[in-house]
Formats: sequence, C-alpha cells, structure tokens
Amino acid sequence: MAALTIAGLTIAEIFRRRIAWILLGLTLASVLLTTWGVDRLVSTGRGHGVTDLEVYVATSQILILVAFMFSFVLAMTAAFLGAPAIAADLESGVAQAMLARPIRRSDLVVGRWLGLAAVVIAYALASGLLEIVAIGFVSGYYPPQPFLASGFLAAQAVVLLTFALLLSTRLPAIAAGAICVVLFGLGWMAGVFAVVGRFFDAGPLVTASEASRWLLPSDGLWRGAIYGLEPPAVIFVTLGRAGPAAAANPFFAAAPPPTEFVAWSAVWVVIVLGLAVISLRRRDL
Amino acid sequence: MIIDTQGLAKRYGRTDALVDLTMRVEPGEVFGFLGPNGAGKTTAVKLLLGLARPSGGGGSVLDAPLGDRVARRRVGYLPELFRYQPWLRAREVLELHARLAGGLDRSPAALDPILDEVGLLDRAADAVGGFSKGMQQRLGLGVALLGSPALVILDEPTSALDPVGRADVRAIIRRARDAGTTVFLNSHLLTEVERVCDRVAIVDRGRVLASGRLDDLLGEGSVRIRASDLPNDARAGLARFGRLAPTDDDGWLSIAGVQPDAIPDVVAAIVAAGGRVHAVDPGRATLEDRYFELITGRAEATGETPG
Repeated sequence: MAALTIAGLTIAEIFRRRIAWILLGLTLASVLLTTWGVDRLVSTGRGHGVTDLEVYVATSQILILVAFMFSFVLAMTAAFLGAPAIAADLESGVAQAMLARPIRRSDLVVGRWLGLAAVVIAYALASGLLEIVAIGFVSGYYPPQPFLASGFLAAQAVVLLTFALLLSTRLPAIAAGAICVVLFGLGWMAGVFAVVGRFFDAGPLVTASEASRWLLPSDGLWRGAIYGLEPPAVIFVTLGRAGPAAAANPFFAAAPPPTEFVAWSAVWVVIVLGLAVISLRRRDL
Repeated sequence: MIIDTQGLAKRYGRTDALVDLTMRVEPGEVFGFLGPNGAGKTTAVKLLLGLARPSGGGGSVLDAPLGDRVARRRVGYLPELFRYQPWLRAREVLELHARLAGGLDRSPAALDPILDEVGLLDRAADAVGGFSKGMQQRLGLGVALLGSPALVILDEPTSALDPVGRADVRAIIRRARDAGTTVFLNSHLLTEVERVCDRVAIVDRGRVLASGRLDDLLGEGSVRIRASDLPNDARAGLARFGRLAPTDDDGWLSIAGVQPDAIPDVVAAIVAAGGRVHAVDPGRATLEDRYFELITGRAEATGETPG
C-alpha cells in the first residue's frame, strides 16, 4: 500500500515538475519533423516514378532509424528519471523523513520503480505508436507489428530504468545516470560486435558480446523492436541476397529475440529490483 | 519505557560517532539531548528510528526493538535536514505523511488544527518550494505532530527559526507534553533545552557525560536578598532555609542551598519578621555553566580543546 502511495507521488511529481509535458512537447515536435521529412521524401520519390513497394521499403527502414532515435531518447529518459529517484531524496533528506514512517525501504524502491515504469511505458507506447500512425498517414506504410515494436522499446527503457534505480541507491544521481548511459551505449555496441563477430566466426568476441547482452538485456530487446518494424518482404529479400551476412546489420532483425531471452529480461528486472531493495536496506541513511 | 538504550554504539568506517549511549526516557517527559556539533546526537536519533544500524549495544523505543516498523506508527520525527517535496503544497505534505503513517485521518478537520498550530494554515495551499527555511521547519514540526504520536523526536527543531518562532516551538512542545506526548529534543541550544526540558542528557563525542533531572544536574540553588530593618534573631531564623552567610557591606544577605521554590518563603519570613525587602537575586548554576564545565572538563582530560 505504501508502495502505491509512493508510485502515485512519483507520477504526480513528473507531471507537477513539468517533466511529462516537456517530454510530450518534444515528442510531438519529433513526430512532426520526422513525419514531414518522410512526407517530403515520399512525395519527391513518387514524383520521380518510385513504386509503392519501393516507398514501403524505404519508409520501413526510415521508421527503424526513427525508432532507434526514440530508443536512445527513451534510454536517456529512463536513466535520468531513475538515477535521481532514490539518490536525490537521500541527499536532500526527503527520504529520511518518509522512511521514519512505518514503511519498508522496499516500499520506497518498489514505489519509485512502479511510478517511473508506468510513465516510461506510457511514454514509449504513446510516442512509438504516434510516430507509426503519423508516418503511415503520409506514406501509406504501416509496420507489421507496431505494438510488439513499441512494447520492446518500452521493455528496453524499463531495463535501463531498473538499472539506474539500483545505482541510485548507492551513487549520486549524476554518477548513476552517467554509468547507465555509458553501459547502454556499450550494450548496443556489444550487440553489433556479436553479430559482426558471428559473421567472421570470431569465437571469443561473440562469447563476450553475447554475455554482455545477457548481463544488460537492453540491446537484445532493441532487436525485438526492429523485428516488429521490419516488413516480412524485406526480411525475405535481405536474407536471400545477403544470407547470414544480413545479421551483421545492427538495424536488421530477421527474427524476434528468443522466448528464453525475453523471459530472462523479465527475471533480470526482478533480480535487479531486488538488489536495489537489498542495497537500500543495508545502507545507513 | 519510551526509550531505553544500553551501550548503543555506531561506527562509520574508522570514526566512532556514538560510543556508549545508555539512557532512559520516561513517558510524558520532555527529554533534552544536548551536545556540541559532532557529539553524535543525530546519529543517536537515526539509530532510534532505524535509519541507521547500531554497531554495538541495543535498545528499545516504545517497548519495541530499535527501528521496529510497527512502533514507528506512534513516532513523529522532525529531521535535522527538514526537507519535503518542494513541488507539494503544505497540506499535501501532511496528507502524504498521514498516508505513510498508516492511514491517519487526512480530512481538513484533522489537518487544519496542525497547520494552525505551526502557523501555516494560511499557507496550506502554497507549494513548499516557495517556503522560507523557517516555514519549512514549522511544516516539519507539523509533520512530526501528525496523529498525536506517543513519541516526538525533534532534531534541532528551532535551528531555522527567529526568536518568535522559537517561543512558538517551546509552546508547542509544552502543549504536546500536556497532551501526554513524550518529546525527545535534540539540540545544542542550551537555553531552549533549559526552558522546556524535564530531564537532559549531555553528550560529547558519542558518550553521555551526565544525565538526570535538570534540577539535579544544575545542583543546589542559592539566593541573595537585600533587606533592611531585619532583627538579628529573625536573621538567625533564616538558617532553616539553608546556609546563611554574613550580610555584606551593601546589605545583601546570602543563603546557599535554597531550592528555587523556597525563595518566596524566605522573602515571606523576612517580611513577617518586620524586615523590608529591596531586591531578590535567585542564584543558580545555569545549564550553560554545567555544560561548559562538563565539555571543558572532558576536553582537558583528553588534552583537546572543546569542539
């Protein structure tokens, strides 16, 4: 019950401090600009006799790049919402006043996580689907699995949010946010190394990269978002032409992440959240 | 017993914040916890509330182990760092803490008297971020008083207040005590403690140097009276109030060992014997005298200057 109170407090804070409105404004601006760009490209292409199929293929790849931008924005948002969630309250003394009440420290961590996860998921789904609908409106192209793609984007953000929250129980907010962003970038690069390394049969590189993907599953989930946006025709043609080499493209996914990986990601979130609870519980305030 | 600690200790790395805290706080009293900066006062409060874990010793609060979650339902706390969500309104801060305290009444009928008590009723709808430090401290005091707790722990409750605010806080503490609340007052302001506390403990460098009732700590009182026309036999009769010293050249009569509440009786006896009283000067060691005596004595014993 106290966790729900803190979750509600967290959501209220995001709205009262205008964070939600700023994110919403930036998202609308991004959607408008990218949609305008796609509209110009499609209009120009059609003026030069480009076929509908070519427009769909081009738009699908642009949409994946736009999704990549959104995944980056979401990662930053998750990191910079999660990083101060506990640390700033501890530094200011706000947390001490609340934790002197008859609540558990886990209520603070779980409450913070619930509130932030709700905001991040809502933001990911809303911004992702809005972008898809807007681009579909001007180009006529709609990806095959928009909800799956937006869901994976949201899941990736939740992973980073949870990791930032863990760091926030021990580190100052700025340090926690910076570490989270760097590891997000490294995770993405590890994913690229893994697929390229597999193509070149670089065993140790692939093993290390795969291990990092399981240690921080953000990049694996990003691959799921790409898969949800990739038209089956592109998958078929790309695999037919490039074969296994197609997998080396960091913006291409021929298959969704394995079920066990998705399940592991959920377990990973629970484990990291548990570690955050233990970390705060063992800390002197 | 409201608070009972035995040999409570806390070590941060290689620093002993609290060495051997043994104290008892009785129900319904205002207990002053006095000491210089860095004496371990806030550390002791954090141990009592379970915000930090003791390195040694133990104790109880409201007959439950230190930090017990259920016992904390009946404890109000004003932290030394009194910070509340700046984006919340004053009333919302109280509502939040009423929820966290386990479902206390959050209606205006319950919260308005508290806001009024701490002088913030007309600012109840204002965001805390726009409050001065003093107003935030008043709000913190209101948060601590929510739900009429059995124990209120106030950590330096007047540090941001002006003299009027300090007087208000003293009045609030007295009213809380009269309502049956035990108050644990953590402070380095001697006059504040002296004015409201029933018992005090003086701590320095994590150790209790002295504790007890204020009267006991301050030692025996005395009185100097400037009187005239006092017959010699009546003068001798005043010896029953204490140790009588000869009248000095200015006509001052000194009696040592007089308790403060016996001073009116001394004056009445002089008047009844035909004497005329021109001035009365109750003399007593102040808490400040005693405090410096203890802190300086300890510093000299350890070869350091008092901090």
